[in-house]
Amino acid sequence: MDINDARTVVTVLGFACFIGISLWAFSGRARKGFDEAALLPFSEDDLPAPDAGRQTKEGNKNG
Amino acid sequence: MQSQTYNYKVVRQFAIMTVVWGIVGMLVGVIVAAQLVWPELNVAEWLHFGRLRPLHTNAVIFAFGGCALFATSYYCVQRTCHTRLFAPGLAAFTFWGWQLIIVLAAVTLPLGWTSGKEYAELEWPIDILITLVWVSYAIVFFGTVGTRKTTHIYVANWFYGAFIITVALLHLVNSAEIPVSLGKSYSAYAGVQDAMIQWWYGHNAVGFFLTAGFLGMMYYFVPKQAGRPVYSYRLSVVHFWALIFTYMWAGPHHLHYTALPDWTQSIGMVFSLILLAPSWGGMINGIMTLSGAWHKLRTDPILKFLITSLSFYGMSTFEGPMMSIKTVNALSHYTDWTVGHVHSGALGWVAMVSIGAMYYLIPRMYGKTEMYSTKLITTHFWIATIGIVLYIASMWISGVMQGLMWRATNPDGTLTYSFVESVKASYPFWAIRVLGGVLFLTGMLIMFYNMIKTIAGQKAYEAPVLAPAGAHA
Repeated sequence: MDINDARTVVTVLGFACFIGISLWAFSGRARKGFDEAALLPFSEDDLPAPDAGRQTKEGNKNG
Repeated sequence: MQSQTYNYKVVRQFAIMTVVWGIVGMLVGVIVAAQLVWPELNVAEWLHFGRLRPLHTNAVIFAFGGCALFATSYYCVQRTCHTRLFAPGLAAFTFWGWQLIIVLAAVTLPLGWTSGKEYAELEWPIDILITLVWVSYAIVFFGTVGTRKTTHIYVANWFYGAFIITVALLHLVNSAEIPVSLGKSYSAYAGVQDAMIQWWYGHNAVGFFLTAGFLGMMYYFVPKQAGRPVYSYRLSVVHFWALIFTYMWAGPHHLHYTALPDWTQSIGMVFSLILLAPSWGGMINGIMTLSGAWHKLRTDPILKFLITSLSFYGMSTFEGPMMSIKTVNALSHYTDWTVGHVHSGALGWVAMVSIGAMYYLIPRMYGKTEMYSTKLITTHFWIATIGIVLYIASMWISGVMQGLMWRATNPDGTLTYSFVESVKASYPFWAIRVLGGVLFLTGMLIMFYNMIKTIAGQKAYEAPVLAPAGAHA
């Protein structure tokens, strides 16, 4: 087996791997984890409490 | 545990330097653009176009873009993993090391130290320093992911992680060189293999430094600023892996009609065309995150920056595959069209998404809820957008014009135009480009003023690390 056969095998395996990942992503099994992960940026509020002593020029008119 | 805070210091440092290096890099860009219109501005050898041009590209990509990626990845990975940054000493080293690299680049490039590889011009001692900083970055980032308090790794961290690993690989392979003195080395590769490795590096620097990293930024800051989770998490997973599996092959389109074997050129073209699908997957996912909340786009200039950046991303990732088609490339290659394409990605996508993310980060780094002036953010947005449109429209016109002039032949087979005639015809468009660049730079100066006013009199702020209660909700 020469090096080009190895290159072909790696390419085909890479393609099969991608198809596998896609099938997994579209299967129902992945859904619950995806729904949980999608909410990770919202699991805490990163807005500091507005500093009362020092209002910004624009204020907080949009909340 | 209760009193632990997130490591905001390194995020704050990188965020401020993003704005500073953005101004420096774009100022050099305006200078080189002006040198093309007024050649008498090439005053001294170390201020010559040929020396300043790599300084411009290195400053905007690695200083401005790099600092933005460091700042946002350190913020996102801590926040979505609910843990303080791993190895804070190493994190501080990445900041000071990266700044030293930038300063060394700003000194050595005007002095004429260059390895001659585009976007990898820095000489071997600086290459070694880059490797040390990058390995430290990987340890900090993956160490934080490894010590996370959440079950899942948020998709933005996948993109940042892919960017860190791939840039390490690209840098190590392409920078293999044999030093002959402190300031000079020669590539370990020769001939067409050297060219192929250079553009494997060059295109994946676009694909992973300027795309995957900034998609990570997009996947955190667009949902945060829009106040809603990403449109389709499943799409984000599929287009992530599609990008990973295809980007590596696209490099040969930089070498169409050269000594590179024809089949390699064709593979590069085919994979560039395939890339349209995952690229647009990311764009659609980002823009659709706003569905049901489009009204926010009217009042929120930060969201304007983020969503416009995605529009430019979609536009340039359509233009790129089109330009990789060999027959189109025969017209576009070596012309200003390429320069216009790069800047629609660099100014429209990379700079705009970074600016949006910085406007989000900077007030939070000082315990404030918003920037000093929201009106100035809106002003910045419009000045920057008009600047980009002037820049890319002028480059499209001059690029296509140059391509047509270079290929025009007389009935007897001789060339219709000499090269210098195409240069002369390009002047008006180069002048419009200077104007576009000046507008974009003006926007950055407004941002700097807004940043200084936001920071003035404020104390540095560190947010407490909270238990990941919402992670399992």
